[in-house]
Amino acid sequence: MIAPPRGATAERPAVVEIRARRPWLSLDLPELWSYRELGYFLVWRDIKVRYKQTVFGAAWAVIQPFLLMVVFSLFLGRISGIAPEGVPYPLFAFAGLVPWTLFSQSLVGSSNSLVAASNLIQKVYFPRLLLPIAAIGACVLDFGIAMVVLVLMMVYFGVSPSPAILWLVPLTALAIVAALAVGVLLSALNVQYRDIRYAVPFLIQLWLFASPVAYSADLVPPEWRTIYELNPMAGVLEGFRWALLGQGEPPPLGVIGVAAAATVVVFVLGLAYFRRVERTFADVI
Amino acid sequence: MNDVVISVEGLGKRYQIGHQRDPYGRLTESLWDALLKPLELVRGRRGGETSEWIWALRDVSFEVREGDVVGVIGRNGSGKTTLLKVLSRITEPTVGSAVLRGRVGSLLEVGTGFHQELTGRENVFMSGAVLGMRRAEIIRKFDEIVEFAGVEQFLDTPVKRYSSGMQVRLGFAVAAHLEPEILFIDEVLAVGDAEFQKKCLGKMSELGQGGRTILFVSHSMPAMLRLCERAILLDHGQVVTSGPSHAVVRAYLESDLGTTSERRWDDPSTAPGDEVARLRSVRVTSARGGRADEVDIREAIDIEVEYWSAGLDNLRPTVNLAAYNDEDTCIFTVIDQANENFKNIPRRPCMIRSTARIPGQFLAEGRVTVNVAVVTYNPFIGHAVELDAVAFHVVDRTEGDGVRGEYAGPWPGVVRPMLEWNIEWAPDA
Repeated sequence: MIAPPRGATAERPAVVEIRARRPWLSLDLPELWSYRELGYFLVWRDIKVRYKQTVFGAAWAVIQPFLLMVVFSLFLGRISGIAPEGVPYPLFAFAGLVPWTLFSQSLVGSSNSLVAASNLIQKVYFPRLLLPIAAIGACVLDFGIAMVVLVLMMVYFGVSPSPAILWLVPLTALAIVAALAVGVLLSALNVQYRDIRYAVPFLIQLWLFASPVAYSADLVPPEWRTIYELNPMAGVLEGFRWALLGQGEPPPLGVIGVAAAATVVVFVLGLAYFRRVERTFADVI
Repeated sequence: MNDVVISVEGLGKRYQIGHQRDPYGRLTESLWDALLKPLELVRGRRGGETSEWIWALRDVSFEVREGDVVGVIGRNGSGKTTLLKVLSRITEPTVGSAVLRGRVGSLLEVGTGFHQELTGRENVFMSGAVLGMRRAEIIRKFDEIVEFAGVEQFLDTPVKRYSSGMQVRLGFAVAAHLEPEILFIDEVLAVGDAEFQKKCLGKMSELGQGGRTILFVSHSMPAMLRLCERAILLDHGQVVTSGPSHAVVRAYLESDLGTTSERRWDDPSTAPGDEVARLRSVRVTSARGGRADEVDIREAIDIEVEYWSAGLDNLRPTVNLAAYNDEDTCIFTVIDQANENFKNIPRRPCMIRSTARIPGQFLAEGRVTVNVAVVTYNPFIGHAVELDAVAFHVVDRTEGDGVRGEYAGPWPGVVRPMLEWNIEWAPDA
């Protein structure tokens, strides 16, 4: 009698069926969940490797948004009406740049995640969706560091937060999901078309101008507002500033709602495409 | 009888080849395609016909029972690796299905998941996780893995500073401690030094005896015979035969799928050649007579090439031999113009036998593969070319009278010639 290998009985009964076609829209979340440890390891690796052989190390998480804030303040800060009255422009800009950096870095990371792991994809099986998701982990850590600096700036400018600050949690989640929604789509496209790698930085530049990062959304002409708000980051950024710096105004629920809805639509489309082409990643990459 | 844990039915995998485009499409081309396709449909042409498809696997069916160690053999491009990739779920089959009952682990390379910037310690965790080990499991086996790899001192050094041998050892050590119920292994033994290969083979047969089901792809027939009770022979993506491994290995070696010390082409229409020259047979024989699959390093051997020549006036066929070792290094290239008789080859159609003698005490140990060609020079034309025509093993029994004397350790060098030494000394000063 041969003893079964350890872990065999306690684990899932593990019958794997391999066949030509999977149903289109099966997400198989239980499988994704069962690979969560690998997900943690991928995030851990990214964090470990991220700032190796750099002089400034994790300070880079702050340097980028901080310098952008300085530049914005020098060149745009004196334009009247760019930010609402009563809020110091540097704080206004930084409160936008911190979530924006989270979004843009996550988007870059997840769109490149599959191609960057091409060797793994060709040599071992795991749910491929893990890669664009895990790519965001390190960006969230950077975001946490930048948030600390944002809080210090609020103290410096004497702005005290209201209970609305709790809104930051769902808003941050929305920014992450929005980045993931686009990132999942672009990462799968990137496997087939390496054009994506060149298009993403450009896309992010355009997106920066199309989002209320350096300026207030109030500057957008009312007839363009509806289209403007389809950009999920419009809702996220408006919400962030309201939660951190708002002085008692009602929450911009409309913008946030539109942002969430737009995100869900993009996410579903992205996942559908990802699932469809996933089976040939190893052959094409 | 144990339960069936791997059952494969009608598995097929089709790839697209012969694309004139980039290996991966560019977006513009796809956009153009999308725009043009409707037009082509209107014109009555069907899209996609320009590209060629090949079946890397076709109608593959077999069953493996729990605890079996099964080898998959076949020459390069026969679909062995594709089979493992499909079973490991790295790529999806085009048709057919397979059912695997149990935790699956696959080793398609050594050091899967390694990151060059991470330290040895960190990479043990990374690679372990990628290969499907739980964190707790890695922690439990960590010391054992490190000891197996023999890299204790370098645990906190980034692996980019490791020698390639150390990386291979560490990578294999992690893999060897996987505990899946079904394990797929691809050619991992083709790396690392001989000593470490032996250790890996030992570890693997240990795994096999532990009741684990293993599917093992390798070029190494000795390893195949030692590890596997059963084998499957693949050619052009199809199962040629399967059964007890020694029978399958023999079938492989004796068919023209494998390379052995003798090749014959009885049917001229399938023999390599053209209207100037055509091969008939190539044989490796011991100088003492008899076919020689295995050759004592001290003995001379003959490589005999028989071919048909049209005997044209202006084209004098020459036999060209190129010998390669295991590492695909060319040991030598020779032509038979060195023989006086070359000038007297008749200018009429005839069979010609040209034999080259390789002296004993010249080749190094290991497998030697010989490319054979009948060519004409000025201008250079290869008329009958057969790559990997014959192969043989050179064995050093280390009985004290060879180049290495009594020493039995590793002995580098592409050749191992017995040179004439002269030793002198001055009267004691």
